[in-house]
Parts: sequence; structure tokens; C-alpha cells
Amino acid sequence: MELLISFALFTLLGVVTVAIVSQRNLVAVVILGSIYSFLIASVMVVLDAVDVALTEASVGAGISTVLLLAGLKLTRTRDYRGQDPNVVGALLAIAVGGALVWGSLVLPPFGAPDAPIHQHVAPRYIEGAGTEIGVPNIVTAVLADYRGFDTLGETTVVFVAGMAVLLLLRRSSLQSAPPSDDEQPAMSGDLVLRVGTKLILPFILLFALYVQFHGDYGPGGGFQAGVIAASAVILLGLTLGLRRARRIAPPALAHAMIPLGVLIFAGTGVATMLLGGDFLEYAVLAHEAKEGHHLGIMLVEAGVLVTVSGTMISLFYAFVERGR
Amino acid sequence: MEPLIDIVSGVFVAAGAFFVLVGAIGLVRLPDLYTRIHGASVIDTAGAGLLIVGMMLQAGWSLVTLKLLFILGIFLFTLPVAGHALARAALREGLEPKLTHDRRAPAGDAPDAAEEA
Repeated sequence: MELLISFALFTLLGVVTVAIVSQRNLVAVVILGSIYSFLIASVMVVLDAVDVALTEASVGAGISTVLLLAGLKLTRTRDYRGQDPNVVGALLAIAVGGALVWGSLVLPPFGAPDAPIHQHVAPRYIEGAGTEIGVPNIVTAVLADYRGFDTLGETTVVFVAGMAVLLLLRRSSLQSAPPSDDEQPAMSGDLVLRVGTKLILPFILLFALYVQFHGDYGPGGGFQAGVIAASAVILLGLTLGLRRARRIAPPALAHAMIPLGVLIFAGTGVATMLLGGDFLEYAVLAHEAKEGHHLGIMLVEAGVLVTVSGTMISLFYAFVERGR
Repeated sequence: MEPLIDIVSGVFVAAGAFFVLVGAIGLVRLPDLYTRIHGASVIDTAGAGLLIVGMMLQAGWSLVTLKLLFILGIFLFTLPVAGHALARAALREGLEPKLTHDRRAPAGDAPDAAEEA
């Protein structure tokens, strides 16, 4: 049965890929890309990687589709069709693809317990997560605790990428007042959408909090929760108008949140150093080691949430304001 | 009791699958965007709804059932709103619905309608 589901999913992935390559209308490409992300998320669920699936569904299928559509508003929506086929590019693509397939032939069989990846540090994490850290979700234990330094790097990547895009897109200084002649979005007059948005918003925010704080026990964490929280603001901006969104989540606040999250994350590490431990060694944060780990994971996840949601909201504002 | 629940949930899942299939055929076969939204909405509500009810019967009284109930509620709430937004956006962009008896159009533009009238 699982094989059948995988087969169907990979067939659909192939179909969508061909459709993306042959499609010239970029709006359709973005929507097809969203479908592709959703299929990948389904594949991740089949592989029991629900944390990755949640990330892919919220980031890939959800928020990046909105940002790409906002970006398309700034450019043309049709792809440039080159006159003659690019022979070198085609040969290069075939060579690289063939090399990848050839390399995959010598990989250990899928799910083999004696594969090197399952022999290295994984057994240590699987055994230690319950007793050392006391977090039922091993993924959270690995991401926020064992590999906290890597996650700090990822959060910094989000910070740097967000800053770079904002610097590229902004027209004048960040201090410039937002345009007061705020045009209403196309859908603002629609009763169904306005009422629907208002009714669903509290549930989106509640779900973001659930994903954030339930990440120790189930799938979820700061990355996913940050994106879900940002999607609430973006939905508000799309249906009820940017002015309403700006009043609830001012752009200055969103901009400030981008470095603030990294500061919380790195500050947790500095705090553990000041308390006599190593960088991001949470055990010293409380009297008992497990309590310390719990507190540390919570702080670090909060930092990730702040940076990710701030970045997403800022990018949305930047794209939409540029499009006027 | 157990086999009875299995039968009832099987009926729900089969009915849901039927509506998903009907909606998919409608999505491919119907002539324009508005009728296709109508076809897709069959998947959103009847198809997904019946499938989820069938799954809830399988899950029994558990946390999974409650989560499925939430998902059902979100489906029944958001998907019609999304379909409405889609149709409205298309109408705003000036996409005319395909009508066989278009009374607004002048007779010269729609020969079929003029013939039938």
C-alpha cells in the first residue's frame, strides 16, 4: 500500500515537473511549484518525516507561493523564450543528471539499518533524547539541542537572506513614512472574504502557538510556527488591506524582529557560557539538567519564531509596497 | 459492532472517493472557469467531508477523531471561501461566464442563442 502511494506521488511529481518546464506563463509556474511542494510534503509524510513535511507545506506550498506571486507583480508574467535551443545547457543537464543517478546506484538500500548514516551519531541521539533531554520529539531534541549550533546558523541564514532582500527591494530609508494614500486591495469590498478572514485569523494564530509549544511533543517548532504566524498577517493584508495589517504588525516591528530572534538565540548561548557551561549547553540554565534543556529549547525556538515570522512579514511588505 | 462500523465507514469512504472522482472529471470536462470551480467544490465539500467522516469512524473515540473534526471544520469553512475568492477575482478581471442563452449580448454576437430564440 505504501509502495502504491509512493508510486502515485512520484508519478505526479514527474508530471508536475514536465508541466513546469513546458509552461511559459509564470503565474501558472508558481502555482505548479506550489503543487510540487505539496506533493513533496506528502512524500515526507509517507517517509514519516512529519516535521519536514510541515515545513515544506507551510513554507514551500504556502508562504513562498504568495511571495513569488507578489514578486511576479513587479516583473513580466511570461517567460522569455530563447530562439535556438541551448545545446550546451542540455548536455550539461543530462551529464549532471546521469552522474547523480549513477551515484545513487551505489548508495545503500533505502532504509537499510547498517547504512553509514544510521551508524554515526544517530544511535546516540535516539538513545539520549529521552533520558538526557527529556523531549519526546527526537527531531526537536536534535535540532534545538544536540545540533543547536547548526540551527543558530540556519536562523542566521534566514536573517541574512531577509536583510539582503529588504536592502534590494527598499526604495528609500526604512524611516520613510508608509504612503498614506493606501489603496484598498481588490478583495476588500467582499463581505464573504472579510468575514471569512476575521473568523479564521484567531485560529491561525492559535495553531501557530500550538505548533510552537507542542514542538517538544509532536511535529513542529519555531520555523513552522513563524511561517504560520506570518501567514495570518499576510492574509490580513491581502483581504482587509495593508493599512489594517500595518496597524497590527507595523513594518518597523517586523524589521526589528529579524535580528531580535537571532539575538535571543545567540544570547541563550552566551547566557549558558556566563553560567559556566559551553555555548548553548542548556543544562546549566536551571538547577536540574532536564529543566535547563527544556528552558533552553523553549528560548531557542522562540528566537527562531521571531526571526522567521519577522522576515516573512517584512518580505511581504517589501514586495507589496514595491508593486505600487 | 466492529464489523458494522467497518461497513459504515467503508460506505462513507467509497462515497467520498466517488465524489472526488466526479469532481475530478468535472474539473477536466466542464467548459469554463466558473463551472470548473463548481466541479472542484464537489471535491472540497462532499468528497473530503465524506472521506473524513469515514476516517473518523475508523479512528473511534480518540484524539485523532477530534483532530479530523477540526480538519473537517476548516475544510468546510475555508474551501468555499477560497472558491468564492477565485470566482470573484476572475469576474473582476473580466472573464465572462460561458452561457448558452446570453440575453445580454446582442443577437449578432451569439448566433446560437439567436437561432434558438
